Amino acid sequence: MGLFILRRLWVMILTALALTYIVFFLTNLYPNLEKLAKSQGNFRMTDAQVETYLGNRGYLQSTPLKYAQWLGVAPGWVITGTDGETRARCAAPGAAAETATTFCGILQGNWGFSTVFKDGVGSIVATRLALTGKLMFWVMVLMVPSALLLGVLAGMREGTRTDRALSTVAITTTATPEYVSGVILIAVFSSSAVGLKWFKGTATSAMENATFENFFLPVLTIALYGMGYIARMTRASMAEVMTAQYIRTARLKGVSFPNIVMKHALRNALIAPFTVIMLQFPWLLNGVVIVETLFNYKGFGWTLVQAAGNNDIELLLGVSVVSVFVVLVTQLISDIGYVYLNPRISVS
Amino acid sequence: MEPLSWADILGRIFVQFTPVWIALVVVFAASIWFKRNLGLYGKLFDSTIGMIGFALVMFWVFTGIFGAMDMVVTHDALNQISVMKNKAPGTPVMGAGEDVYPYYLLGGDNLARDVFSRMVKGAWVVVQIAPLATLFAFMVGITLGLPAGFYGGRLDTLLSFLANLILAFPVILLFYLLVTPEIIATGIPNYMATCLFVFPLIFVAILLNSRYHTQPALRTPLLIGVLGVLGWLYLSLISEVGSKVQVIPGFLDLFDVPGGILVVFVSVVFVNSPTVFRIVRGLTMDIKTRDYVAAAQTRGEGPWYIMLWEILPNARGPLIVDFCLRIGYTTILLGTLGFFGLGLPPESPDWGTTINDGRRLLSIYLHPAIVPALSLLSLVLGLNLLADGLREESLKD
Amino acid sequence: MKQVGCTPYARETQEMKDIYDGPILEIDVLSISFFTRLREIPAVMDFSVKVMPGEAVGLVGESGCGKSTVALGVMQDLGKNGRITGGTIKFKGRDLGQMSVEELRKIRGSEIAMIYQEPMASLNPAMKIGKQLMEVPMIHQGASEKEAYDRALQVVTDVKLPDPKRILDAYPHQLSGGQQQRIVIAMALMSEPALLILDEPTTALDVTVEASIVDLVKDLGRKYGTSMLFISHNLGLVLETCDRLCVMYSGEAVERGSIADVFDEMQHPYTQALFRSIPLPGADKNSRPLVAIPGNFPLPHERPPGCNFGPRCDYFEAGRCDQGTIRMRPVKGNDRHETRCLRFEEIDWNAPLAAAITKDKGMIGDVVLKMEDLKKYYEVSANALFGKSGETKVVKANETLSFEARESETLAIVGESGCGKSTFAKVLMGLETATAGQILLDNRNIESTPIERRDTKTIADVQMVFQNPFDTLNPSMTVGRQIIRALEIFGIGKTEADRRERMLQLLDLVKLPRAFADRMPRQLSGGQKQRVGIARAFAGDARIVVADEPVSALDVSVQAAVTDLLMEIQREKKTTLLFISHDLSIVRYLSDRVMVMYLGHVVELGTTDQVFSPPYHPYTEALLSAVPIADTRVKKKHIVLEGDIPSAMNPPPGCPFQTRCRWKSQVPGKLCETEVPPVRRMADGHQIKCHLSDAKFAEMEPVIEIAAE
Ligand SMILES: Nc1ncnc2c1ncn2[C@@H]1O[C@H](COP(=O)(O)OP(=O)(O)OP(=O)(O)O)[C@@H](O)[C@H]1O
Ligand code: SF4
Ligand code: SF4
Ligand SMILES: [Mg+2]
Repeated sequence: MGLFILRRLWVMILTALALTYIVFFLTNLYPNLEKLAKSQGNFRMTDAQVETYLGNRGYLQSTPLKYAQWLGVAPGWVITGTDGETRARCAAPGAAAETATTFCGILQGNWGFSTVFKDGVGSIVATRLALTGKLMFWVMVLMVPSALLLGVLAGMREGTRTDRALSTVAITTTATPEYVSGVILIAVFSSSAVGLKWFKGTATSAMENATFENFFLPVLTIALYGMGYIARMTRASMAEVMTAQYIRTARLKGVSFPNIVMKHALRNALIAPFTVIMLQFPWLLNGVVIVETLFNYKGFGWTLVQAAGNNDIELLLGVSVVSVFVVLVTQLISDIGYVYLNPRISVS
Repeated sequence: MEPLSWADILGRIFVQFTPVWIALVVVFAASIWFKRNLGLYGKLFDSTIGMIGFALVMFWVFTGIFGAMDMVVTHDALNQISVMKNKAPGTPVMGAGEDVYPYYLLGGDNLARDVFSRMVKGAWVVVQIAPLATLFAFMVGITLGLPAGFYGGRLDTLLSFLANLILAFPVILLFYLLVTPEIIATGIPNYMATCLFVFPLIFVAILLNSRYHTQPALRTPLLIGVLGVLGWLYLSLISEVGSKVQVIPGFLDLFDVPGGILVVFVSVVFVNSPTVFRIVRGLTMDIKTRDYVAAAQTRGEGPWYIMLWEILPNARGPLIVDFCLRIGYTTILLGTLGFFGLGLPPESPDWGTTINDGRRLLSIYLHPAIVPALSLLSLVLGLNLLADGLREESLKD
Repeated sequence: MKQVGCTPYARETQEMKDIYDGPILEIDVLSISFFTRLREIPAVMDFSVKVMPGEAVGLVGESGCGKSTVALGVMQDLGKNGRITGGTIKFKGRDLGQMSVEELRKIRGSEIAMIYQEPMASLNPAMKIGKQLMEVPMIHQGASEKEAYDRALQVVTDVKLPDPKRILDAYPHQLSGGQQQRIVIAMALMSEPALLILDEPTTALDVTVEASIVDLVKDLGRKYGTSMLFISHNLGLVLETCDRLCVMYSGEAVERGSIADVFDEMQHPYTQALFRSIPLPGADKNSRPLVAIPGNFPLPHERPPGCNFGPRCDYFEAGRCDQGTIRMRPVKGNDRHETRCLRFEEIDWNAPLAAAITKDKGMIGDVVLKMEDLKKYYEVSANALFGKSGETKVVKANETLSFEARESETLAIVGESGCGKSTFAKVLMGLETATAGQILLDNRNIESTPIERRDTKTIADVQMVFQNPFDTLNPSMTVGRQIIRALEIFGIGKTEADRRERMLQLLDLVKLPRAFADRMPRQLSGGQKQRVGIARAFAGDARIVVADEPVSALDVSVQAAVTDLLMEIQREKKTTLLFISHDLSIVRYLSDRVMVMYLGHVVELGTTDQVFSPPYHPYTEALLSAVPIADTRVKKKHIVLEGDIPSAMNPPPGCPFQTRCRWKSQVPGKLCETEVPPVRRMADGHQIKCHLSDAKFAEMEPVIEIAAE
């Protein structure tokens, strides 16, 4: 088992390196840097000015070198610019270049500085992630049990009216992306046009103080989309298990129907959806971004949009590292859980 | 003039859709008549769910097509009639001339454009891009998934790693990085297009060659002909006057795809292919243990013949089902792009962009956002139901 | 009645269950239909059978004749689309059809238990064996956990599983197929049911394992006094296990009676035809040729009017057999012997078979294929899922294989699962390359030429017929296209028209109508598909054909026809046939020489007569004894092998057979456990791999003897 996790970790690191390099490469393309220079400096800079601006700030080094510096495996640049000023990558904002350490990258715990928020990337990511964590927690609390319940109830007696009804619900929710369901939910429950006004149409206040009123709609919006998908997986898996020979054996052994479902079918039926739930995370992240934008909840997804929209390179990198990490960890958990649920596979 | 009542609005909308109804009735009548000779497609008409799904999908397909021919729409989708700003559904167009349709059937948006016509035009955007992008994703996924599943080993490890890499990338982040004017300026989307769109060519070339290599007299002209046509289309597609990739002179270039659309297309293909790859790979690993594959090997067939003619046709059931689901997913992705204002031009009538425009005033005016939202919902729902119907029918005997 | 030796526990529960001495199971004019979208499928019609206490009744028939449907009907578990459309099923006098769901639940598992064909599929993969067993008494007798555990332990000991405690704590996948089937049997016996239904309980198992399971079932049935309904397609098995027999054909019972009556005084043409189409290892092909039943089994919705067997019956009389329904009629003079034939009293049942045209076998020619010390080792990682790291193991799939095969000769390769038959075929075909040794085809070495580098001629010369007819044809290509493709690849025919003509000739060769060229494989029956497979193999005029269990997945009545076809083509084309099989009866029938394999080793090789008569290799001896033989005159020595076939991953040291050999004690010292035995040349061309002394070999008695009439 230990060996297996080690190997997975190695793959994870490799993946994370590859992905961050891609992000690094894309954000450091010249047109992007140019945009950055203009938004940081001033918008009327000439091409030559842009070039010196970037050159003075180390942006014109080769991408692999910059990447190595960002990682913290190459010494940070110290450049005496054409304007005579000496700048260093590792100097704290405002501090003199001489005080800088040699290495400052991820490995040294230095995530860089956000050009949009004017703050350390580390702290931004931490606070935003905490906010999104809160959102995700409630999404999971709502989504997973209801999806599993829906799926099991539908799949337990395939083809009956309950099944048809529940499946229709599930299909409809999978066909409704967050930006559609969010819009509809806001329209119905919080707009003055309909007049119900049960919930709030924005979740900004939920950042400090989440209540049912200001937090339910965003949570529901994310949960709905994922729920249908998981429910359908569970249903398919449950329906398949219910036709298995060993369920017939159990039935012909005199086990009652509720016991067949609970004791014989459930564990086998949950193996497939479990992995699906875990692999849902990259998708949920999508939903998070949409919902946070829609409800103006300033969490991780919202930060991602801000960073990407303004080509805030270091923040964007921080965000990608975290999201890739989340995705990979959930994959690892899904594998381990699969082994745990499925006795046929043993890790020795 | 009085605003229309809801019954009138619905009645008039129904009339506007007349060409669509006719087309639907024709398709259904013909399909049900010949359903016993139409294989899986015919069986679809035995399942209620499948028929509902198919009807929904075809409704939007025909709406898109007729809309593009300016048949269903009532107004120009980009035309602004300033008095009509945010007007409720059924509002008469004030001071309209003789040749202008007298109502905004589903109201006006905040730029005073007709919501109904924009919805119809939006269907065309989806109907054009989604199936084609999905098809390309399938070509890429199949061309790479077959050998990965068939050979296994190093090749499989490498390709699977790459696929997982893309899958681990949050889609939104990828879009934000790829679909920006700056990136389009660097020409990266063009280069990616050059790589991704060559897969159909490879696919067809291998397909034909593996089948006919025993008869060179037939194979060579066939290959030259087919590849010639496809190659030209391919070059026209990727090459664009004035962009980074210009390989053929303008007068040979059959059509141009605007950079914004191309990059959207490429990104959608790019994020969809790894999933298709994984499905194809799994199916291949399963089917390659069958005796008919062994039989083909023992008579000395080449690996590509086995993959494309022995394995692929027998994996078609799950692939067709996934194809339908994936078109739905692509539609959602397109909407997401529009929602974030990525890629497509801001005045584009596509549903995602319209929803994004409409949501700002959502608490006061519902219709500009709700109409495209429900349209998208019904199309994706239709695709899902269609896939479900196909799955059920293909499992039956 | 054979109710002998009840355990105290058994007697106690027997008293708890109501005392009843009428028939345990009484099925009366039962009809069952399945309702599909297109039509009603009458799977069982007018079916009656009676099972008395302690009696074992066999239900025999070909695939699809409705055997399983009857069993599920008794269990009242026909699924969503199945319905009993007529008749009654009475269990101990009570009509099962009238019972409520709750009453049924009480009876299922406690009074009627069922055992299925696929043991692995019938055990819950995510539940420990112990829990699955304990459930039964806990539900039905309200036993406590402790009592249930004790009971489970006792039953597991009864089914002769080693180390019962460990097994109770294991998951199903940790046991071998044979062990799983024993667990399924144990589960059925947990609450000592009055009736046990066994639906092909051993079909998925190897012959030697099958023999031990059958033995077990017989013993336990006797011990617990259980009545049994034993479903099988194998007449030999039924002979060994049952008291009475019911033969089914196309949804109906066609003949019913005691084993002795039906086997020796059969009164229905179908029963007779069935017996004539199965080879008996005791008899040889000249004195008792196989006679295939002509035609095909009718689909349930395409049954002919009148007698279902009419179109295939030798005694068919137009105007009589094809009119009205035909009832079961008693045969006078026999006990409860009935038949569904109008003419049974007119037919001369003892008339000898119309003398079969004895066709001369082609002269055996020169050596075409020669194997010398062929070895094939695989390297596998010890842990499949998380593999690649960790140590790898070497699996010796083929160990020093040497033999030669001549033109027009049939060499049979016999052995149970995992003995390396298929690996050998793969190496020969070039799908794998040999680890060591040589294969000489016409004196050319081909052992290390993979198929991609073989020339077309070599490929066309060595072809293969596969086991599973449902899997050998590409489901999405017409039959004709698939044969034409083979012709294309072998470079035969100049134009498309040439090839089409040649394809039609090939269809003629395998006796299929030319119209089949445009059919899809799913429109063909199993036997027809197998014929197409054979046609495809002979597309390039193959000189060596490897037939990997070509008939084992087919119905008995079709088996004979396909076997005959193979032999006929061989005669015509002078083909060398390498016939892989585990079925010794068929091997005896068609092969010239036999090679017996066990765990990758050739343990015996010789002409058919040499292998089938003493001296035997101990494994051959056991194998012969394990084959069920459908002939009441045959006396077999009873040899039951203990345990299962070891896995090829962990072969035992020394002699591969030493874990199950009954002769091992006769070899002095620890020779069998430490040293791989040498190859011993017995008579001319007969070799055996064993440490036994010549004296011991001389002592061996024949396993199969036909009692003098
Ligand atoms: N659920 C079902 N729906 C429709 N037809 C069915 C169903 N189950 C069985 N049949 C049909 O009923 C007939 C009898 O099937 P059954 O399984 O009882 O045969 P069997 O004698 O047990 O065959 P085998 O030896 O292959 O197990 C077959 O023609 C089969 O196709
Ligand atoms: S009734 Fe006629 S056709 Fe049927 S088995 Fe008897 S003789 Fe043959
Ligand atoms: S060598 Fe020993 S163990 Fe092996 S078969 Fe002969 S007697 Fe049995
Ligand atoms: Mg059966």
